Amino acid sequence: MILMELTKELLAEWISRFSEKIQNNKGYLSDLDAAIGDGDHGNNMARGMQAVTESLEKNETADTTQSLKLIAMSLISKVGGASGPLYGTAFLEMAKASNDTKDLGELLQEALSGIKKRGGAQPNDKTMVDVWNKVVSKADDSSLTNADIEAAVESTKDMVAKKGRASYLGERSVGHLDPGAVSSGYLFEALLEAEESL
Amino acid sequence: MKYGITLVSHVEEIAYGLPKLLKQVAQEVPITFAGGTSDGDVGTSMEKILAAFENNEADEILAFYDLGSSKMNLELASEMTAKKIHLYDTAFIEGAYTAATLLQANVALPEIEKQLEELKIK
Repeated sequence: MILMELTKELLAEWISRFSEKIQNNKGYLSDLDAAIGDGDHGNNMARGMQAVTESLEKNETADTTQSLKLIAMSLISKVGGASGPLYGTAFLEMAKASNDTKDLGELLQEALSGIKKRGGAQPNDKTMVDVWNKVVSKADDSSLTNADIEAAVESTKDMVAKKGRASYLGERSVGHLDPGAVSSGYLFEALLEAEESL
Repeated sequence: MKYGITLVSHVEEIAYGLPKLLKQVAQEVPITFAGGTSDGDVGTSMEKILAAFENNEADEILAFYDLGSSKMNLELASEMTAKKIHLYDTAFIEGAYTAATLLQANVALPEIEKQLEELKIK
């Protein structure tokens, strides 16, 4: 359920839970990536989220917009792989839009537009967009559940990769989950958990 | 020279090695490069790319890259510099080599871009 406005408190809780999921599943994400990509997604995201955590701790007084920007810049500088500019752009777009609105649905819509523009991926290209798209469509009527997220992540398994390193495998990418979709799944599960905890 | 070239690769040694090839045909073209992540691992770094733009003597830069995520970091860096950046989706080595050769021969940018169009692969 996404009803809430993005407060600093919710953002902090969200990011902390996301970071924990990334650290706990670092090996799994890299294994998924090894099957159809360059095998570094878990380590890259873990390094990025470590930097995010440090940056937020160092800047305790930052407001929501500033925190979103700090998250974006840490991901852009530290992740290294394609997910750096993609997740970074997502949070940067949310930072920009947060001056006008704190509505999570609207912020996530801006983030998704940024990801699509940056990476050029469309739905069914077997990327993180497949998860983001589902989440944003459900965010409008606040009906997002864990099952929706899981289904969106699983849907990438049967797709043929059209973007990113996996696209070089073409048909051979079928049967594997997209690692960026899986980490995006963690991001939104973390958001649901954070909302429930507050 | 008005135009410079910036090369971006996932691997530091590739980015470092390519100017050697280009300099053979383009001694006077300013060439800068960014390769690998900030830790020297395989990947790209927006900050390194931005530094390569800033350190290039030219104010207008033709940029070439190898794989997908380099392009995204290139675009991010382009948005953060005051310089004018032209980004080409050509084969990395052939595109950069063509541009370097033609810049050295003082060929106009629209002409260069026409030739680069044929090398577009991504």
